[in-house]
Amino acid sequence: MSILLPRGLGGRQPSLAPAAKSDAAVPGDPPAPGGGREKMRTENLRAWFDTSPALKGITLPVSEHRITAIIGPSGCGKSTFVRCLNRMHEVVPGARVEGTVLLDGIDIYAPTVNPVLLRRHVGMVFQKPNPFPTMSIRDNVLAGLRLSREPTAGADDIVERALRQAALWDEVKDVLHRSGVSLSGGQQQRLCIARALALEPQVLLLDEPASALDPIATQKVEELLVELKQRYTILIVTHNLQQAARIADLTAFFYMGELIEFGPSDELFTRPRDPRTEAYVTGRFG
Amino acid sequence: MTGTAQSLPPPPRTAATLPGALASPRHRFTAEHAFRALCLAALTLPLLLLVVLFADALRDALPRLNWDFLTSYPSRRAAAAGVLPALVGTAYLMALTAVIAIPIGVGAAIFLEEYARPGRLTGLIEINISNLAGVPSIIYGLLGLELFVRVIGLGRSLLAGAATLALLLLPMVIMASREALRTVPHSMREAGYALGGDRWRTLRLVTLPMCLPGILTGIILSLARAIGETAPLITIGALTYVAFVPDSLKSAFTALPIQIFNWVSRPQPEFHVNAAAGIVVLLALMVALNATAIWLRMRLQRRRYW
Repeated sequence: MSILLPRGLGGRQPSLAPAAKSDAAVPGDPPAPGGGREKMRTENLRAWFDTSPALKGITLPVSEHRITAIIGPSGCGKSTFVRCLNRMHEVVPGARVEGTVLLDGIDIYAPTVNPVLLRRHVGMVFQKPNPFPTMSIRDNVLAGLRLSREPTAGADDIVERALRQAALWDEVKDVLHRSGVSLSGGQQQRLCIARALALEPQVLLLDEPASALDPIATQKVEELLVELKQRYTILIVTHNLQQAARIADLTAFFYMGELIEFGPSDELFTRPRDPRTEAYVTGRFG
Repeated sequence: MTGTAQSLPPPPRTAATLPGALASPRHRFTAEHAFRALCLAALTLPLLLLVVLFADALRDALPRLNWDFLTSYPSRRAAAAGVLPALVGTAYLMALTAVIAIPIGVGAAIFLEEYARPGRLTGLIEINISNLAGVPSIIYGLLGLELFVRVIGLGRSLLAGAATLALLLLPMVIMASREALRTVPHSMREAGYALGGDRWRTLRLVTLPMCLPGILTGIILSLARAIGETAPLITIGALTYVAFVPDSLKSAFTALPIQIFNWVSRPQPEFHVNAAAGIVVLLALMVALNATAIWLRMRLQRRRYW
């Protein structure tokens, strides 16, 4: 597996590219909810900030080429959960993780796994658009390749492909040398998505990517994500229940660091099994 | 435009009809006005003082301010004396000081901000660095005299002087660089890590480019302070009468502030004119350094907009 072997560290070789676009589960793979094969899986995942627990044993499968939404009230551990999936949680001083996170069956917390290499395969987009202010739009897109010492041969193609995938190409193709922060908030967030896509990750984590955007920019990002799930496995944290219902194939409801309910979005929103889920999705708390 | 609308009386708009609470306080003397005047005075007074001092020095210096003054060696005859050795000495001294202080200072700042685990030891080091910035410069001169001149055996050389000044500057450079590093939001570093960057690449490609203007400004402002330092150089034994331009790191030297100090302390009034001219030259150098700092910052900031 690439994140273990020095030769395959690139992340852009064909074997790692999201090639299997078939929705049908490959025989032998563990069955995953919502069809498709299981791309990631957490088992009894627990996380702490110093001594206060943030996650209390989460077991959750993530299906390939599906959008999985994580919903729940503030402080329920949604963000911590996705940050555990690319080992960003441990960047915070005093943070600790226990349990298992599998990517294609490989434990990413195994001592042989280098978190820096892992993060090329599991990309992340943050709540606040954070393009690098010292870089042009073009350099922002290429930043991931440079940061991870990837060759930037054919840079123009990489830039165009990533920006097209992020539905930003037509808006910025003539101003590629302008600063990344000269764009509007919604464009900046799509630039950050393009920046993550340029590395061709297998999984894309989005931590409330639209919460700082206006409704029109939000709609654009949502359409984009639905488009992108053909090629990537997407996990999105959101405060916005309508957003989860609109775009997510599967939804997980977190509450106080626990996974309360997980299932296809239409079921979870229309026929919640747990009274707490029902209370949350009907707006009685949160 | 119906008839009824036209027939309506215009709304009362005059201040006289407004309740007192809503009337503009334009004619009232408020606390804000007083504060503003006070702040303006605080700004003007030092500026005025500076202008007067500079004008005074310039008036005294005018008879001696010419090209010969810059290219002549000191002399017993005031009219023939110039600042060449001091000027060259100061230039060498600043360059050497920068070469020593910048890598060490910026490196220490990067280590403290980016690598060191926050803990008791780090805290202790931080407090000590802040305190060192406040230590009188003559103490650094004594340290330089013992350490560089005697123990290491550099003698009263240019290198010993630069090392002493670098020591004096280090706390300032470290603190300025740390401040600059801290202005880079944590979200930028996280973005670097999330894109597969390790600590080093993130630092080099994301964090340092963002805080470079701040670091540069700190360095140049520190150098501008060091250019006027006299006490530590006198302590380590920089010469006051030098009839040659320093030609090596081990060469004896003098610097502008020392030359000025030397001339001021002479009884003959002609030498005081020389001192005034020296002051003008020193001030011009300082202004040039500060202008470079501003120019560099503006140049680098044109590439960023946050």
